[in-house]
Amino acid sequence: MSTANPAAGPTMAARELTVFELSRPGRNATAQMPAVLGAVVPEHLRRRRRPLLPELSELQAVRHYTRLSQLNFSIDTQFYPLGSCTMKYNPRGCNEYAMLPEFLGRHPLAPASQGQGFLTCLFELQEMLKDVTGMQGVSLTPMAGAQGEFAGVAMIRAYHLARGDTARDEIVVPQAAHGTNPATATMCGMKVIEIPCNAEGDCDLERLRQVVGPRTAGIMLTNPSTLGVFERTIADIEAAVHGAGGLLYYDGANLNAILGKVRPGDMGFDVIHMNLHKTFSTPHGGGGPGAGAVGVGSRLLPFLPIPMVGRDGETYRWLVEADRPQSIGRLSGFMGNAGVLLRAYIYMRMVGREGMGRIGEYATLAANYMLARLRQAGFEPAYPTRRATHEFIITLRREARDPGVTAMDVAKRLLDYGFHAPTTYFPLLVPECLLIEPTETETKEAMDGFVDAMVAILREAGEDASRVKGAPYTLPVRRLDDVRAAKHLDLTWKPPT
Amino acid sequence: MAFIPHTDEDARAMLRAIGADSIEDLFDEIPRKLRAGPLTGIPLAANEMEIGRVMSARAAADGRPLNFIGAGAYEHHIPAAVWAITTRGEFYSAYTPYQAEASQGTLQTIYEYQTMIASLTGMQVSNASLYDGASALAEACLMAVRANRRSQSARILMPRAVNPTYRKCAKAIAGLQSLDFQPVDFDAAAGDTPVNRLAAHAGSDITAVVIQQPNFFGVLEDVDALTDWAHANGALVIAVVNPTALALLKPPGEWGAAGADIVVGDGQPLGVPLASGGPYFGFMTARLEHVRQMPGRIVGRTLDLDGRPGYTLTLQAREQHIRRSKATSNICTNQGLVVTAATIYMAILGPLGLERVASASMARTTELVAALGALPGIKVAFSGARFHEALLTLPRPVAPVLDALARRGIAGGLDVSGDYPELGNALLVCATETKTTEDIAAFAAALKDVLSEGSSATGKVHS
Amino acid sequence: MSTSLLPSDLRYTKSHEWVRQNPDGTVTVGITDHAQHALGDLVFVEVPEAGRVLAAGDAFAVVESVKAASDVYSPIAGEVAQGNASLADAPEQINSDPYGAGWLMQLRPAAQASAGGLLDAEGYAAFLAETAE
Repeated sequence: MSTANPAAGPTMAARELTVFELSRPGRNATAQMPAVLGAVVPEHLRRRRRPLLPELSELQAVRHYTRLSQLNFSIDTQFYPLGSCTMKYNPRGCNEYAMLPEFLGRHPLAPASQGQGFLTCLFELQEMLKDVTGMQGVSLTPMAGAQGEFAGVAMIRAYHLARGDTARDEIVVPQAAHGTNPATATMCGMKVIEIPCNAEGDCDLERLRQVVGPRTAGIMLTNPSTLGVFERTIADIEAAVHGAGGLLYYDGANLNAILGKVRPGDMGFDVIHMNLHKTFSTPHGGGGPGAGAVGVGSRLLPFLPIPMVGRDGETYRWLVEADRPQSIGRLSGFMGNAGVLLRAYIYMRMVGREGMGRIGEYATLAANYMLARLRQAGFEPAYPTRRATHEFIITLRREARDPGVTAMDVAKRLLDYGFHAPTTYFPLLVPECLLIEPTETETKEAMDGFVDAMVAILREAGEDASRVKGAPYTLPVRRLDDVRAAKHLDLTWKPPT
Repeated sequence: MAFIPHTDEDARAMLRAIGADSIEDLFDEIPRKLRAGPLTGIPLAANEMEIGRVMSARAAADGRPLNFIGAGAYEHHIPAAVWAITTRGEFYSAYTPYQAEASQGTLQTIYEYQTMIASLTGMQVSNASLYDGASALAEACLMAVRANRRSQSARILMPRAVNPTYRKCAKAIAGLQSLDFQPVDFDAAAGDTPVNRLAAHAGSDITAVVIQQPNFFGVLEDVDALTDWAHANGALVIAVVNPTALALLKPPGEWGAAGADIVVGDGQPLGVPLASGGPYFGFMTARLEHVRQMPGRIVGRTLDLDGRPGYTLTLQAREQHIRRSKATSNICTNQGLVVTAATIYMAILGPLGLERVASASMARTTELVAALGALPGIKVAFSGARFHEALLTLPRPVAPVLDALARRGIAGGLDVSGDYPELGNALLVCATETKTTEDIAAFAAALKDVLSEGSSATGKVHS
Repeated sequence: MSTSLLPSDLRYTKSHEWVRQNPDGTVTVGITDHAQHALGDLVFVEVPEAGRVLAAGDAFAVVESVKAASDVYSPIAGEVAQGNASLADAPEQINSDPYGAGWLMQLRPAAQASAGGLLDAEGYAAFLAETAE
């Protein structure tokens, strides 16, 4: 195993200067300067002092940001088994065709007659997403999973209000849910009612039956859950919530586990959000942009956010306020993250009908394989009696006591072995946890390499725990002082006085 | 199967290690009756060559019209280096920088972005970006309610000269938390929002006043007077600004006596293509005292174990994954890749380049307004000073005119008569540094043709 | 797992606040050693201004570490006499001295305010033991 970091740039000894430290007054990228055309701003509105922007040659700028890119781990360079993030290959072809000049150059407000090619792609994407999720309608506008969640809960609220039922202001959320779920409920003016999970990882049905009633607007569920296991009692949950007059919201973060095998609509969900940047392989980009398309059953169709793509005969157009008077409204300045949507469309076309059914299968096969190998190597699964779905949790609570290495320590040492760490400390319910999701695009050798690294790290810890606790050693920086970062805020570069 | 590397032998070896007979066994926890049938709504797989042909044909059908639309998304030249670097795999396929040591590239880029955008807007702190300008305005309104402790009303004054879609979006997103949006009218002659229009609210409890500069019509507002009025009435100022314009205009941090409190806008003009509407990014900057109320991610600089400087996400305790139902917002992603592009764009253009882009855009719009305003029946709606957009009134309904221009390969502007019926046949046009004198002449000639082709209100095709 | 300090002259709540009765009739409120340990190094603390009126159970302060930001709840109704201003520059005092220099606020209890529901040191220790994992 190599302990060298393949992601590091040529010189690790010297830190990278900031772009401001590379600047020299009067330098500029001459080929990028538009010709001078005079314009006069009224005196009282004129800017007096230049902003702090770099003054560089074009080569300096190119070199600086190219070198910065080389300091990153990425799917293109490392195995990246981040649980719940679905770090599958981002196909280059998706980028290539989404960035055709005609698509890139089109103004969002140009007439539909100048965008039929683009609108065709989006309409077909709506239809494919309906099919794969078993829903009746899809809106592509939410710009991220969290916005999709907001749309989902806002639609549930709008549905009850439209029925004249103003009492429903509670949203039920499992304790293990991702933090966006309760935050979203609050953003929609709702109260959060948490229910626990049992030791097997299923929702506590008894508790659920106690808390649902005439104030229940709905429940937010992920299935498979954030614990990496399938919610086996979904039929009972559905009966309890629908029986009390509430609706079911599906957080699609883990859709990759069941893609092509199970459709959320068939499980009884009324609304779902999908993370196109997870399941449908649009690029993670260092933290976005994503896209959080939402799908609904017939009850919520009138409330979908706008705009959506509609078809009149052979022509496509945007459906807006006049077409969808009960819509919860607009969530973006235009129509969402168009370029991301095109990438998802191209991906789904390349995977196709045959491929779509395989994704869930191979994602699940890969995760169960890694679970088996790690278990054989002596690691403790959090839910030992359960199958892995597309991901699973290992708990290092024993190792934290003896030899005294935490999930954080192991994660940092994995970086030295050239692997991006799995998700750590989520879900909060499981102590010292690693949430591992290989996805269907990784080879057996990559997964074996990861397991071998984990075994090696455990052995290292047994010999000298401090070695693991001091990791990483081979990256551009050692472990960073988070406390200092939050106490002594340094959020913008300032010139030395 | 696209992108799945496993051979049958790989699969068998994995199943052996698991102790299962088939992949189907791995789904034994899922009730059989939930299993999906064949996905008939998905076409059969296309390989890259095949889908490439489909996409190229559709792109060719859309073509590349000559674009004179602004209205919140602006066409500027983007240096080739910007997206060549941004689409490098190490930026493109990296995740959120939760493992900071393995993400110094992304983190340092965002730190540099925060520095540039804070300075450009004249404020002290920035976050790592929000989804877009419209949703950023919604977040700013929610933030103002949190930050303005003295105010209880959650009332926000929202001028009608603010982008109509931004106003709709603010209502859709922030309206569910009992914010009260009050409209403020604009001056019909000048096209700006004079202070006396705010006067009706003097003495009442106002949480914040929104000021867009330049406003939706491209007109320059008297930002000092508006800012001072807001502060005198106990309200915070939320500035909505165009980043290119800030190369020439006084930044919000210097508006009035005390400066704006929260600044938002869309960063699309900074190196992000029009791309049919996204992805763009929203920027948010603020006074330092409000930093803990800011939604979204923030990157900070700190030291590592060896005392070397490094970058990390900070102030995460405010965010959804920790604070949960008490979070400042539910935001999880930012617009990382797009912010990377904007940072590289700003680094390449520098202050001089951005000034040149801004002044060239102003100049071209002046040229455009002169050319179009000279055509019979066309009036320039507003007398106020403008940046790079202008409102024209046409002698006929705008929509059919735009369709006719579209058939001539021109995207001739935005019909705003729906959102502002009192303005009549109103067309919002924009020219940036990308337009030449010949482009403008071609537009003027085409528009002259279209207007002279009979007076049919339905704009039927004339050959 | 560290053993929490539990001064016997204080009273405690199930949400991990402590209360000290002062000779002048005011009470001082802070968070317990258990709470500061769970939060980790504190980076920011927001304390209330003098004069603020609180009902029992109102959130009166926020304590923020790298891992978490938590509301702190007033055990008793009353009016804030003062907040601990020194925490603005040195929030870590809560970690190093949670029952002393790390105090959060001094409160003048309302006339009819009851101190019922507060645990003594043994009661709080028992509560911690039964909720420990």
